[in-house]
Amino acid sequence: MATTGGTDPMTDERPPDATSEHDESVRAGVFDGPEVATSGSVGTVHAGGPPTADAFGISGSSVRRADRIFLGLAAGSGAFLLVVMAAIAAFLIWKAIPALTAQSPVALLSTQSWFPGATPPVFGIAAIFFGTVMSAFIAMLVGVPIAVGVALFISHYAARRAATTLGAIVDLLAAVPSLVFGMWGLYFLIPKTQGFQMWLADYFSWIPLFNAKPRDANGNPVLDGATGAPLALTAQQYGKSLLIAGIVLAIMIIPVVSAVCREVFLQVPTETKDAAWALGSTKWEMIRTAVLPFGRAGMISAAMLGLGRALGETIAVALVLNSGFKINWVLNEVGGDTFASTIALKFGEASGSKLGIPALITAGLFLFAITLIVNTIARLIIARKKEFTA
Amino acid sequence: MTATLSRRSAPSQLVGARLPKWAPLVAAAVAIAIAIGLRFLFSWTGWATTTVTAGVLFVLILTAWSFSVEGRRRAKDRFASTMIYACFVAAVVPLVLILTYIAIRGFPALSVSFFTHSMNGVGPDDDGGGLYHALIGTLQQVTIAAVIALPIGIFTAIYLVEYGRGAFARAVTFFVDVMTGIPSIVAGLFVFTFLLLGLGMRPFGAAGSIALAILMMPVAVRSSEEMLKLVPRDLREASYALGVPKWRTILKVVLPTALSGLITSALLAVARVAGETAPLILLTGYVSQINMNPLSGQQASLPMMVWDQLGKRTGNSGAIGGPWEARAWGAALTLVLLVLILNVGARVLAYAFRPKAK
Repeated sequence: MATTGGTDPMTDERPPDATSEHDESVRAGVFDGPEVATSGSVGTVHAGGPPTADAFGISGSSVRRADRIFLGLAAGSGAFLLVVMAAIAAFLIWKAIPALTAQSPVALLSTQSWFPGATPPVFGIAAIFFGTVMSAFIAMLVGVPIAVGVALFISHYAARRAATTLGAIVDLLAAVPSLVFGMWGLYFLIPKTQGFQMWLADYFSWIPLFNAKPRDANGNPVLDGATGAPLALTAQQYGKSLLIAGIVLAIMIIPVVSAVCREVFLQVPTETKDAAWALGSTKWEMIRTAVLPFGRAGMISAAMLGLGRALGETIAVALVLNSGFKINWVLNEVGGDTFASTIALKFGEASGSKLGIPALITAGLFLFAITLIVNTIARLIIARKKEFTA
Repeated sequence: MTATLSRRSAPSQLVGARLPKWAPLVAAAVAIAIAIGLRFLFSWTGWATTTVTAGVLFVLILTAWSFSVEGRRRAKDRFASTMIYACFVAAVVPLVLILTYIAIRGFPALSVSFFTHSMNGVGPDDDGGGLYHALIGTLQQVTIAAVIALPIGIFTAIYLVEYGRGAFARAVTFFVDVMTGIPSIVAGLFVFTFLLLGLGMRPFGAAGSIALAILMMPVAVRSSEEMLKLVPRDLREASYALGVPKWRTILKVVLPTALSGLITSALLAVARVAGETAPLILLTGYVSQINMNPLSGQQASLPMMVWDQLGKRTGNSGAIGGPWEARAWGAALTLVLLVLILNVGARVLAYAFRPKAK
């Protein structure tokens, strides 16, 4: 009858919601638990002779039946979740078939445009795959180091009292709707960072990623008619670029990633840290030799969680990107699409054509597959790490 | 040797040279002075460049100073500490900017009539109108989602903590984790293919609730699981020892003990999905009239109202700076306030329902 919760290596990760305060409040309370346990009907046992199931007016067979019903409810809920997952995959594949078979697989994977309503239909995921991966990559590059820094600050640098408050604030920010991030990006960040994007183009154009120029339909720089030199963009022509989308995504994933990292860093055994101190470490050496190695698996899982968020984020990206359906490596030029933003933005016009909706479902199917792969890899890494460290 | 161990010189022998306590302040002052000097030298406009330059200079000056006085290890330590503080500032500044900005933009729109009127017959460039219809829709849709998701979530958590072992429990745990990563738009697409394409229904409010429930379930499972795990095994074993059946133990001992945690995790799960927009675009549609019936007909919601006011749904918004903009910000601010209230409420309830000490 003993429970096995907690011994399974895969159930030990804490979700970002489980802040230490709740843990403490529950933990503090449960030691007074016998009071809870003896209140109500359970308490009658003491009064009524030998503690048998009869004390509750339940005979043996009905106990087993009730137990079986309860187990059925609990296991059924678990099974229901599995059914939902399977149904998502099945329905997306089923309803995407018209779009998947409309063109050759090569065309679907390599086309950089989205005209499922044209005859013949021309659409492909090349540009949106690029945009999704690139914006998420920028978000990870910017967001994860900052998030780890924030987690270290809250867990090891801030004063103890302040740390609880700061942790709660970071948790609160994880709940701010993505729509709000998108609106802020559109109305505040983009106008304020036009100068920054232009500065990148002025001084770092030798890096191809920042070589923003006015371009014609084929992607070649527009030349000055008189001198033949390439023209430069004015500040107002910078704006809805993949770079900005990546930065907005980075801001969005920081609370999520740092909440998970913080939980892990707080669990570093005091003995390990004290050992580092005793050897005369500076604070940074203590963190590098005791905290970071302990938290590595947790950091990877947190980063993957953030990556999943960044890949699937819809509304914020849809608001701060200008749809163009072109693979453009120049990150500070306007344009870019992701799977999720395409679904949201093209949905209104999709029902007008036979393949419009199936094409969007295809995009959703690819997005589903990508996030599934990312999450599975993350879980496997954690499971392996656990085996080695246990 | 004994001569050098006098009171005055001992610390310097044992600890090594350290920068004075005020060193960071001096470094900051010097960095700011140089940055302001550069600002006028190169006539930079705005303060962003100056601030960033001052920050970089501060790190460089302090690290170099520390390196020359304290040596390599202390300099590294100072550099790392400064960077960690900088990370915190870099994370908090945008988040504070977002909340201030939305408060500034949204607050002027809030009024009694904004909360008591719908958008019925109000065009993007017309004054007036409000979010009553959207608030009704959001409250109904989120409540239905919670009613669907929370029991399933809590029962699954009970299964994993109290019964779960073997391959099935591992599969459930694994897929709950994977399900946490499902993008909201994919959940929306699934319900769209299932209900609207598969069963041929028209968009309606509760369709959005089902997608929100799918997003809420894994969050509810994971956080409830953590709360149930915190219940000490002694309590369960005491109950078993008294001959109490397992289901009764769970119902009367485990759940009451974990109640405050469960309420908190439920409210946080609700808050997580209350602001979701993406699935609603596909599932609920949007109408500017009040629709009290989530089971039939298109229904507005706060995120969809913002989406509509921004002109993203219809493809055409009003004139730049028109009344639609204020309404969009007002609705967005209301949504943020709703989420904040849910979050704060979760903490207050957790405190109120915590297991009481005698």
